[in-house]
Amino acid sequence: MTSSPFIPSYLPETPSQTAGPYVHIGLIPEQAGFEIFENNFSGDIAGPDVVGQRIIIEGRIFDGAGHVAKDVLVETWQANAAGRYNHPADMQNKTIDPNFRGWARTGTDFATGLYTIRTIKPGSVAGRKGRKAMAPHVNFWLASRGINIGLATRMYFGDEEAANSDDPVLNIIEQPERRKTLIAPRSERDGAVVYTFDIYLQGERETVFFDV
Amino acid sequence: MTPQAEFHQRDRDLHPPAHTPVYKTSVLRSPRIPLWSLQNSLSEVTGPIFSPDELGPLDNDLVLNYAKQGEAIGEQTIVHGYVLDGNGQPVSNTLVEVWQANAGGRYRHRNDTYIAPIDPNFGGCGRMLTDERGYYFFRTIKPGAYPFRNRINSWRPAHIHFSVFGTGFAQRLITQMYFEGDPLIPHDSIIATIPDKSAADRLTARLDLNASRPLECLAYRFDIVLRGRRQTLFENKLQGS
Repeated sequence: MTSSPFIPSYLPETPSQTAGPYVHIGLIPEQAGFEIFENNFSGDIAGPDVVGQRIIIEGRIFDGAGHVAKDVLVETWQANAAGRYNHPADMQNKTIDPNFRGWARTGTDFATGLYTIRTIKPGSVAGRKGRKAMAPHVNFWLASRGINIGLATRMYFGDEEAANSDDPVLNIIEQPERRKTLIAPRSERDGAVVYTFDIYLQGERETVFFDV
Repeated sequence: MTPQAEFHQRDRDLHPPAHTPVYKTSVLRSPRIPLWSLQNSLSEVTGPIFSPDELGPLDNDLVLNYAKQGEAIGEQTIVHGYVLDGNGQPVSNTLVEVWQANAGGRYRHRNDTYIAPIDPNFGGCGRMLTDERGYYFFRTIKPGAYPFRNRINSWRPAHIHFSVFGTGFAQRLITQMYFEGDPLIPHDSIIATIPDKSAADRLTARLDLNASRPLECLAYRFDIVLRGRRQTLFENKLQGS
């Protein structure tokens, strides 16, 4: 490879490897069955001081044979209630919520396969330069045994029909039918607002995954 | 630079594809419809930031961080290196998490039933933030090889799992590190998922005698490269932020 002050040589990215069946040890040790760290990351990021409407996001992850995948790491990344990411690259003129990082981590349950994220509903975020605002959404990232490289997708909110129909990302998905795989229906349970986001790794209802 | 700098396109040829029959579990867990290419928005160029006060003082010492009545059993080993981006710039203050089997090849996990014994003084996980140069290090026990259900007689080479964040969620990476000279490496079905041999070889940490501690423990060097941002090489406001 030629290297000169005008033609920089880039370093190749480190290749991905599956997170394996024991991903919980490193990332959610309490699910693996032990306590080790004083401070643990979790799927409940709607602490008492966080601004916004409390919601639960839950769902199951299905493999290509329709089986529930019960060992998947689920991470989410989202804007705060005002629609701003807690990160220096987000320079929108909106309030930062100092109590809300916006990142959650959990695993699908070994018995039921259900994952649960307790968070707040994000606001709408500006789109790419020159594009219109994105509908409220939560970014998902999945890793597990059998997943060779982390899978990125987005969850949109079923009760944001107008914003969803204008969303620049949903609209670039060529087949309108496939856009629906990213939209989580809203329900209420015991006074809590629940969005159900089931993810299909493969098969007829395969979820849209992104190369970001 | 623009603070919203997008990432270079991921070179998928350096990574394992989703569907790799040599690793059977991937067959039913691999999307078959091509990934939808998404140009970066704020959702991809941003990502979680962690602070040192979230971690404990022993979080990067796997020899001691679960010690109950004594130290973990096995070869004490230092693993260290730099997290860089594709532009060769250090990725500072980023969270690196590691997990592994114990010296006998057994994981402290409710689903692991391998015959090797659990070590009462070894948890098998650790975490640290890179410093301003992108440097990380941790002390651990060299993990053992173990069998897994893939083919009749499939064994994993000794390895340590790594999880790294970077400065944007699109850099998120989980991978595995192997040890130089491990005779199981050429037989491993997980490494075999990577079609590019030189890419796979970059997952093998090199023995680093200079970083070893005389009369105490050996060291291995493992550098990690995350995707770079489109930016001029000498500006990087995100670093240290």
